[in-house]
Amino acid sequence: MVPVLVVWLALCLSGTWAVDRSNFKTCDQSSFCKRQRALKPGESPYRALLETMELTNTRLTLQLINDNNKVRLLLELYRLQGNMTRVKINELKPLKPRYEVPDVLVREPPTEPLSVLSQDENGVVLSLGVESQRVIVSAQPFRLDIVEGHNVLMSLNSRGLLAFEHLRMRKDTFSYKVTSTVASLWDNIKRVFSSQAEPEAENKEEADTAHQAETTKEEEEKVEEGMWEETFKSHSDSKPNGPSAVSLDFSLPGVEHVYGIPEHADTLRLKTTDNGDPYRLYNLDVFQYELYNPMALYGAVPVMLAHNTQRTTGIFWLNAAETWVDISSNTAGKTVFGKMLDYVQGSSETPQTDVRWISESGIIDVFIMLGPTPKDIFSQYASLTGTQSFPPLSSLGYHQCRWNYNDQEDVRSVDAGFDEHDIPYDFIWLDIEHTDGKRYFTWDPHKFASPKDMLQGLKDKKRNMVAIVDPHIKVDSNYKIHNEIRSRGFYVKNKDGGDYEGWCWPGNAGYPDFTQPDMRAWWASMFSYDQYEGSMDNLYTWNDMNEPSVFNGPEVTMHKDAVHGSWEHRDVHNLYGLYVHRATMEGLIQRSGGVERPFVLTRAFFAGSQRYGAVWTGDNAAEWDHLKISIPMCLSLGLVGISFCGADVGGFFKSPSPELLVRWYQTGAYQPFFRAHAHLDTPRREPWLFGPENTALIREVIRQRYTFLPYWYQLFYHAYRTGEPVMRALWVEYPQDPATFAVDDEFLIGRDLLVHPVTEEGARGVTAFLPGKEEVWFDIHTFQKHNGAQNLYIPVTMSSIPVFQRGGSIIPRKLRVRRSSACMEHDPYTLFVALNTRRTAEGELYIDDGHTFNFDNKEFIHRRLFFSNNVLSSVNVAPEAQFTTKSWIERVVILGASKPRKVTLITADGHKSQLDFDFDASVSVLTIRKPSMNAGEDWSMALQ
Amino acid sequence: MFWYLLLLWGGISAVEVQRPRGVPLSKRPFYEENKPFTCLDGSRTIPFDRINDDYCDCQDGSDEPGTAACPNGNFHCTNAGFRPTFIPSSHVNDGICDCCDATDEYNSGAECQNTCRELWRKEKESMQKLAEIAKEGFLLKQQLIQEAKRGLEEKQTKLGEVQNSKKDLETNVEALRTAKEAAEQPEKEAKERHLKELLGGVDKVNTAAFETIWSKIREKYVSEVRTQTPSSNTDGPAPVETPQEEVREPVSDNDSEPYPDDDIPEEEDEDEDEDEDEDMDDGDYKVTGFDYILECLPIFTKSLFSSAAQKARNEFEEAERALREVDDQIRNLEKEISFDFGPSSEFAYLYSQCYELTTGEYVYRLCPFNRVSQKPKYGGSETNLGTWGKWAGPEGNVYSVMKYEQGTGCWQGPNRSTTVKLTCGKETVVTSTSEPSRCEYLMEFTSPAVCQEAPDLEVSDIHEEL
Repeated sequence: MVPVLVVWLALCLSGTWAVDRSNFKTCDQSSFCKRQRALKPGESPYRALLETMELTNTRLTLQLINDNNKVRLLLELYRLQGNMTRVKINELKPLKPRYEVPDVLVREPPTEPLSVLSQDENGVVLSLGVESQRVIVSAQPFRLDIVEGHNVLMSLNSRGLLAFEHLRMRKDTFSYKVTSTVASLWDNIKRVFSSQAEPEAENKEEADTAHQAETTKEEEEKVEEGMWEETFKSHSDSKPNGPSAVSLDFSLPGVEHVYGIPEHADTLRLKTTDNGDPYRLYNLDVFQYELYNPMALYGAVPVMLAHNTQRTTGIFWLNAAETWVDISSNTAGKTVFGKMLDYVQGSSETPQTDVRWISESGIIDVFIMLGPTPKDIFSQYASLTGTQSFPPLSSLGYHQCRWNYNDQEDVRSVDAGFDEHDIPYDFIWLDIEHTDGKRYFTWDPHKFASPKDMLQGLKDKKRNMVAIVDPHIKVDSNYKIHNEIRSRGFYVKNKDGGDYEGWCWPGNAGYPDFTQPDMRAWWASMFSYDQYEGSMDNLYTWNDMNEPSVFNGPEVTMHKDAVHGSWEHRDVHNLYGLYVHRATMEGLIQRSGGVERPFVLTRAFFAGSQRYGAVWTGDNAAEWDHLKISIPMCLSLGLVGISFCGADVGGFFKSPSPELLVRWYQTGAYQPFFRAHAHLDTPRREPWLFGPENTALIREVIRQRYTFLPYWYQLFYHAYRTGEPVMRALWVEYPQDPATFAVDDEFLIGRDLLVHPVTEEGARGVTAFLPGKEEVWFDIHTFQKHNGAQNLYIPVTMSSIPVFQRGGSIIPRKLRVRRSSACMEHDPYTLFVALNTRRTAEGELYIDDGHTFNFDNKEFIHRRLFFSNNVLSSVNVAPEAQFTTKSWIERVVILGASKPRKVTLITADGHKSQLDFDFDASVSVLTIRKPSMNAGEDWSMALQ
Repeated sequence: MFWYLLLLWGGISAVEVQRPRGVPLSKRPFYEENKPFTCLDGSRTIPFDRINDDYCDCQDGSDEPGTAACPNGNFHCTNAGFRPTFIPSSHVNDGICDCCDATDEYNSGAECQNTCRELWRKEKESMQKLAEIAKEGFLLKQQLIQEAKRGLEEKQTKLGEVQNSKKDLETNVEALRTAKEAAEQPEKEAKERHLKELLGGVDKVNTAAFETIWSKIREKYVSEVRTQTPSSNTDGPAPVETPQEEVREPVSDNDSEPYPDDDIPEEEDEDEDEDEDEDMDDGDYKVTGFDYILECLPIFTKSLFSSAAQKARNEFEEAERALREVDDQIRNLEKEISFDFGPSSEFAYLYSQCYELTTGEYVYRLCPFNRVSQKPKYGGSETNLGTWGKWAGPEGNVYSVMKYEQGTGCWQGPNRSTTVKLTCGKETVVTSTSEPSRCEYLMEFTSPAVCQEAPDLEVSDIHEEL
């Protein structure tokens, strides 16, 4: 088999730099996408059978009929708590069950009552509770309109592109002829009995005639190419269930900006797809991906946000099969002049964005989130799929990774290098070469002969390690993990029932079926300290290749006709990575008896993956455009709940110039997951290898990161509680300012830090947009004050990373940067109070032990800090919580202050004392010296 | 206020010196008790009670020598019994023991032991060991220098001799050439006559036509020869040639590639064909067309040629070959004599030697001044990790590092290269190899030739007792 690998390598590693597009399907090459996309709008064959409507307190059901083939569908409609509507469409009587995605919703979403407001032969009007929201169900053609007052918020099937390929028997084979005869006999028998059992006697006749029509019509339905078998390159997909695609269109009146549906290497604002392929959602290991196109990447979150100045809405299309999303807009082609002309003439049609989702199998299960604000959307989506897991504080520090740190001595010397150059870091990573022949859960006996000594060495410096554990398992009868999985029958099966095998890093490999709960439980148990030899509590995990990547599979992934229990891989594909991530995370929790928070990084993901840990943007490259794209890629993920996102600092493939590397560190230091990584074939690039000047620049920005750790940590706590993204698109905080809607060269961290990284080679300045008419922004380095709602030109040098603190905010920082975050645990805080034009400010301070789940048992400190009327105070916002900290307040820096006569501290016991202070009149900065109160206490400080 | 008492034994009498925590003795005068303190950078003056009060007042960190308050400060570990040192302020009270006297963790709860004496004992031991090695190594080095000197003299003598013999040979060659040409004259005439007949009355010898004919013959001949003669590029393992032999052999045209035949490229190399092409152009086939015809074409019957001419030719060729050999010898000797074998030629003994180290997967081979290679332990072809480049140590110690460059190319990467770090040792041994970065190898190599005069054990900065 070696030649196969060699050929593969030769193909994949061929000198040209770019994705080999021919390895991946276009819509035209994916038969269901081609079929569905060929449908023309305005010809919907679907009609709602209003007489079948049933309304209980919590749901409405209604049958739809396709007038072309008489196949009936069942529509379910739910009003969900928190201003959401759920629409489910399945076949009324499918030949066999169709896949409904499990394990993604955190619970069955709680419903609210629905009521019928009016009804006639053309449709039904339902009330969606308060706020004058209604759903209008139109019968022919079937469509749904969600309206509020006089405004249509969203319409479904308004373009008539609802399509549901019902399951059917194959007609061109012998077996079909046999089974269809049997089936029709059986149908007749069934009908006789069911007509007596079901209270649909009055419909019987109609149903029967319909059935007749159906069968005759079905005969005529043409069998298109690719329905029952499909070949891509040399791979054939046997498609035993035949065509099974579903699709539905959504119209968004008044909307010109849509976002989300990661993962794509594209702009934050999604583009229209009329002139090319739709955005594709199909988890794939794309070698050397291209930027600014809709090709599928490693992860898929089928959630789209739509925004205008009035409202934000969201669509969550819960389907794990290969999915394509078309976007079109009636204003897309128009120039600014054209738009203006429309406006002047008053004849313009309302701007509208039309979206269409197409999935290969499963059902239509869509959650319509009605906002109205961006934060409402985050909370609505979080109520469905959960929030970002609260990571250990250390994982918000800096991560040093490389494929590969060669041996224990290498790890030791890199670790020592950080101390020698006085650069903090928290995690050093081991890629696949650390294993014994790519057998995960093992160590190379020569290079990593005593992993516990190595881990202890790191632990002595309060540092941690991550080792990779991929889901492909070497087929090797001397490998315990393989033997156990095989003997327990845990491998994914091929279409013929044998264990599915594919080619990956170890050569021939099996793929555990992570969709099975008992498989996941077993996998989790493999992380216990007695099973995973050489592991310790400061060893964490990285799941790579979990799309899953299959080197010799179609599109470098698993065959769609592989089998997971009773489902095809086709049905579950986009979920596979989520399950791997989940099982691994559960293993890390269990090994500590549920005490310690896990840290697991994944490459593949789906809706809900935020609950399990961090993601990164995969195998990027050391190019300036890849640095730029890291911003919209992480912003898009943040919008759909995945906050813990980062890109490989420096770029994975190729070698960065020192300038690019420095700029990437400066950008990465202000993104949530901050990890440098490099390909095996690239020269070493630890931070100190580019001369003293660059070392100093990199050191400085990593240290900046560490000073902001309290803020990052508090934001992640907030994300865990609310689902709000940590790294935010500007429009999220300034939803009424259209100037922010397409900004993706800068971003917010929380709402108080604005970052405009330098991402141009040789830049001498950047123009940052400072949002907010009422806002003022303070340069965090110079304390210079700037007004909001302006484009600000900032001259830059190599040391510049333009970051601004919002006036009106208070950010706690720890300025005593040490070797690792854990070394800084007891250090004092400096509060940066940035005053707004009303001379007020507020912020939060969150403290816990940094690594356990004890915060869930109310062991934390959560305080609100606010400044008004010249008094700065700290009040407890979680009085029921208990935690003590050694940290104290060493300094308060007030930006935009005026000089006080005196500063008085009043502690919880009423004791008053005068504080020393410095005032720098040139930038209006007041620095209050050493107030010294404990960070967990009540206090206030008056400026007089 | 964090003060501490430091007990110092200066010779016989015990002296107590009081100074703020973290201040070295040398800076003690700047911290005068109860007097305003001026930051060492002169930026401001603060009351004395702000020294070590766990708040950073001085931009240079000088007011907080004993706390972690300043981002750029330094803490002085006295480390009585060992070597005093500075640590960054950020290491003070971070829960990690840095000073061997444990003074950096006075308020973190970390339980640090005073390990200074133990460290000193160990260091002394290893220093002693190193000193012994250095001493013996240095003696060996003197021998090496002597040998190198002798060797150099021998070579120079040899060179002189060979150069003299070359003059004789040259004279001889010229004489024989004249004899040969004289003997060939009648033959030449006979041949032209014959050719005229053969080529249909062409007056002159048409050389172009000859070349065409000849090249066809050559092609045929070469292909036969290649199938019969064992090629150096066989599929089996390349014959392990001893370096000594290699050196005695004529140096090939290509100086940077002294072992071209060994260089079996790896799978990923795509220039295999090229290599073969180059081989074909080498050596035996570079014979003029005319000679070829003389030797090979039956139509030019030997009878045409006089045996006298043949004899003269043979003698001439013999003499020429001898001259070439002498030239090669001279070139080799000159090369070796001019080689940079260190200030006293102490590295000369490494020339034409090879040293191996076997690791888990590979056998690494260092042939100093020649090349570095790697061969899988369990079969597989050898990879060139670089051929001799230069001495590459830091300024002042140039002869501590060797650089071997331009080894087999890496996919999408650089050519393999190896850095060899030399340290003093009694034995000449490769002690370790690693590949810190893809295709950039690092080799540790000990040799007496790098040993310096035995260091004085009483180095000033190491003190058993302060």
